[in-house]
Amino acid sequence: MKRFLLPLVIFLTVVGFLAVGLKLDPREVPSPLVGKPAPMFNLPRLDNPEKTISPKDLLGQVWLFNVWASWCGACREEHPILVALSKSGTVPLYGMDYKDTRQDAQQWLEQGGNPYIASAMDADGRVGIDYGVYGVPETYVIDKAGVIAYKQIGPVTEEVLRDKILPLVKRLQAQ
Amino acid sequence: MKRIFRLTAVFCFLLAINAWTQEAGAGEAQPLQENAVVEAQVQRLSEELRCLVCQNQTLADSHAELAEDLRQEIREMAAKGMSDQAIIDYLVVRYGDFVRYRPPLKPSTLMLWFGPFALLLAGVVGLVVMLRRRAKQAADAPLSVDEANKVSELLNKES
Repeated sequence: MKRFLLPLVIFLTVVGFLAVGLKLDPREVPSPLVGKPAPMFNLPRLDNPEKTISPKDLLGQVWLFNVWASWCGACREEHPILVALSKSGTVPLYGMDYKDTRQDAQQWLEQGGNPYIASAMDADGRVGIDYGVYGVPETYVIDKAGVIAYKQIGPVTEEVLRDKILPLVKRLQAQ
Repeated sequence: MKRIFRLTAVFCFLLAINAWTQEAGAGEAQPLQENAVVEAQVQRLSEELRCLVCQNQTLADSHAELAEDLRQEIREMAAKGMSDQAIIDYLVVRYGDFVRYRPPLKPSTLMLWFGPFALLLAGVVGLVVMLRRRAKQAADAPLSVDEANKVSELLNKES
């Protein structure tokens, strides 16, 4: 009996590691930016290029920063969820249109509805690099002091919103 | 007959596409080529850095748009005279240690660096222990009377 014990233990250990490995998403690279101040930028607004948006203007409130693009398939998936969120009015949602053309982006918002208070235009993707963007959509939760509290890589789903983002936003708003 | 025509048409179309994309690809690495030192640095760094979009490729290998942007960013930093380390740090601040193909040695990467050696050591220790135990078992087991009789019987039969 005892001679089977060791192989069994090894087998179960390997199964354990593989089971955990299956659940990990290699695309979710922990961002070094969480806990750091949101990188500054000053970008033209999508709806009005004369005006600009900067995170500096949003200090003192908790806000969500969603990086999106009209060419991005997964953005279509999360869009209705963002629209519903913006209607609920729990947290201000700002967007950044990443490597896109103004015309495509505006058309996209007309079709799917515009959940953003305003969107910045990052046409050449420079600000995206500062934010470590590598897979659109990405969503950042930024606190009152302008520090990134959380980064969601990939689409915001109902579950992520309910279990992670909204509780965090509530906690940060109470601070 | 019609089918052959159609196939030929498709084939010609593919050839044309191929020629076109090759032409487009050939123009890609042109900018700032005049500065050989900068280009060498860009090449060296982009072979050290991971493309986060297609994670098993270096920035040098990847055709992802982000990789092209990052190569351009590196090229500009190199042209400004930034050192390799400064450029790598710039990217690590934004994308984390994961962009580096050679992860740094620090507490969170100890397992990564020494895990395989620890496993090897555990394996060797286990093997030695097992072999010792087996050798001892073989030496320590004297024959019972029955077994001794059987052995001599068999030996006698042989001779």
